[in-house]
Amino acid sequence: MKREPVLRVVGKLLIPYMLVFALYVQFHGDYGPGGGFQAGVITAAAVIFYALIFGLPAARRLVPEALVETLVAAGAFLYIAVGFVGLALGGNYLDYFVLDPDPVAGQHRGIFWVEIGVLVTVSGVMLKVFYMFAGRGRGS
Amino acid sequence: MSAFASHYTYWITVLLMAAGLFIVVARGNLVKKLIGLSIFQTSVYLLYIAPGKLIGGTAPILSAAFKVYSNPLPHVLILTAIVVGIATLALGLAIVVRIREAYGSIEEDEIVAADRASGDRA
Amino acid sequence: MIQEHLPALQVVVPLAAAPLIVLLRHAGIAWALAVAASLCAFGASLALALEVARAGPISYAMGNWPPPWGIEYRVDALSAFVLVLVSAVGALVAPYARRSVAAELPREQHYLYYAVHCLCLAGLLGMTITGDAFNLFVFMEIASLSMYVLIALGRDRRALLAAYQYLILGTIGATFYVIGVGLLYLATGTLNIADLAARLPEAQATRAVLAALAFITVGVSLKLALFPLHLWLPNAYAYAPSAATAFLAATATKVSVYVLLRFYFTVFGAPLVVDALPVPQILIGLSAIAIVSASLVALWQTDFKRLLAYSSVAQIGYITLGIGMATRDGLTAAVVHLFNHGITKGALFLLVGGVALRAGGVDFGRLRGLGRRMPLTSLGVTLAGLSLIGVPGTAGFVSKWYLVLGALEAGQAWLAALVVLTSLIAVAYVWRFVEAAYLSEPEPGAPSGEAPLSMLVPSWVLVGACLWFGLDTSYTVEGARRAAALMLGNAP
Repeated sequence: MKREPVLRVVGKLLIPYMLVFALYVQFHGDYGPGGGFQAGVITAAAVIFYALIFGLPAARRLVPEALVETLVAAGAFLYIAVGFVGLALGGNYLDYFVLDPDPVAGQHRGIFWVEIGVLVTVSGVMLKVFYMFAGRGRGS
Repeated sequence: MSAFASHYTYWITVLLMAAGLFIVVARGNLVKKLIGLSIFQTSVYLLYIAPGKLIGGTAPILSAAFKVYSNPLPHVLILTAIVVGIATLALGLAIVVRIREAYGSIEEDEIVAADRASGDRA
Repeated sequence: MIQEHLPALQVVVPLAAAPLIVLLRHAGIAWALAVAASLCAFGASLALALEVARAGPISYAMGNWPPPWGIEYRVDALSAFVLVLVSAVGALVAPYARRSVAAELPREQHYLYYAVHCLCLAGLLGMTITGDAFNLFVFMEIASLSMYVLIALGRDRRALLAAYQYLILGTIGATFYVIGVGLLYLATGTLNIADLAARLPEAQATRAVLAALAFITVGVSLKLALFPLHLWLPNAYAYAPSAATAFLAATATKVSVYVLLRFYFTVFGAPLVVDALPVPQILIGLSAIAIVSASLVALWQTDFKRLLAYSSVAQIGYITLGIGMATRDGLTAAVVHLFNHGITKGALFLLVGGVALRAGGVDFGRLRGLGRRMPLTSLGVTLAGLSLIGVPGTAGFVSKWYLVLGALEAGQAWLAALVVLTSLIAVAYVWRFVEAAYLSEPEPGAPSGEAPLSMLVPSWVLVGACLWFGLDTSYTVEGARRAAALMLGNAP
């Protein structure tokens, strides 16, 4: 598919916008539909789009397997670590009230960081699933 | 008739539930079973979310002009349930891919027959 | 500071170990982290059990949101009992797994096995400790998905189909549970278990609540392998890796029994479930069929692991029989057998894993002459088998004793006779092992030599526990009695 000029050009035009849109969805989860899960899937969709047009080996060079596996675990670990920060600052586990002198701002901060953790894990998982299925070989 | 019209979401829920379970039981193709399972789980999402919308309720954002708000909690619960459903579906499909590689088929009766033929208890 | 946050740490420490293992990606470090997390979880559960015995139920507000708006972790006599069992088995299987997993899985998958083991442990502990009905579903699925993965990692290709069938049935079960919780939420407006218990009496006679009870019963029964919803269990236990089978057989169904007890006696309450509805009769009927049919099927198996799996279905029948009796002694018997069966089956599957390592398989042909080839293992299997039968002096006898007492207390003498007679069938299938191991000649060229120490020691710790808890019943029976009193008194 990478020989098709229309696909190549449109792909290269669209993919940056998809990634920016994913970030928009991520950070506007407070005010409208959005948040970590949706943003993670859109991010993964951008990379999968690239893989569909330019081929799986090119996508694998761009986002290596080891990086994807690290993303999966790092996001989950970030979420759990935010909980421990709440413990360290004197509250219960996953307590966001203590993350900032103003409890409401603390909730904002806590949710901000756990949603980043969710973004990282979900995009990693979606990419990993795609790599595992697509890399299985022809006619298998 | 009015009982049907006012509770149409519940009727659709039950229809999806029954359809999903029937597909799981009646179809021998492993991927079709997973699809039936997904349909069954979708009916549960409807079961939670539809009653969350209160009649005359507005979006759950505090405002002085409104007194009745729709319930945001079911949406949160179902977001979690959808993620669990995705994980289950992904895991199920991964197992089906491995079964295909090991047995060469994704029809349950062929796989069971292959197990029986190789002399083991199925 | 740690003491007051123990309920959260109980679940979070194994949960945090899992992504850490995946990040570090090294098989040896993965094993060490898994062992460390399991030991921490065991220590936490012991501390929590002592605290609950001393001061009464503990309530912990996750994220400092007070219940019933926030998710509450609640430890009382029943959950503390189950926590200790699950974390103890986890702490014993983790060091055992090193040699077993090394023999049964390719090296690049080892760290993934330990990560999934930690996730499964966290899920099971979370199911036990949470006080929120939907949070229970989340942990139930964390544990179940990890279990499907653990089973699918088995060597035999039939493990894949077994994992798939368990996935389908288990997901249907979890979804039924969610439907039940949804109906309860619609009827009462809350998801907190203690709050549900307080609000349900007002909504009692409505069809929604009865439907919720039915859905939750069927959903949880799929998870605990109550007859006729047990069809996934024999294949899953027989083809999973040995360490996984030992862990699952001792914990997974037991935690599902805990969920059933929690919903029947805390949420819905004994007046509705026991007095107004025919639930006890249904449970007793299904349990009786389970015990008799599964024990008989176990007799005809050619593979020892499958025999033990069918035996598990029968033993779960004993537990639900105790629940069905719904008397004080019956519930004590159910909770005590939950523990005793956990340690007995744990011991048996751990020892069988050692045999699988040395002999390459566990069909009865390979077990011939095991008494001479692997004397310690055979002795362990025999002693644990005696506990399975219920010989006095072993843990199994204690459970059967209380079952008989409960049956007589409920006025159902035929149940007492059933318990005793089915134990004779257990004698028959344990005798099959004894005959193969001690009274048969080994095949020429059969491998001999004991299992490695790292596998033998945890197995014998559990065998010793079977014997000790059969002779000194103070901890188990006291804990079970307190749990039964809690449930019948309907105090959350």
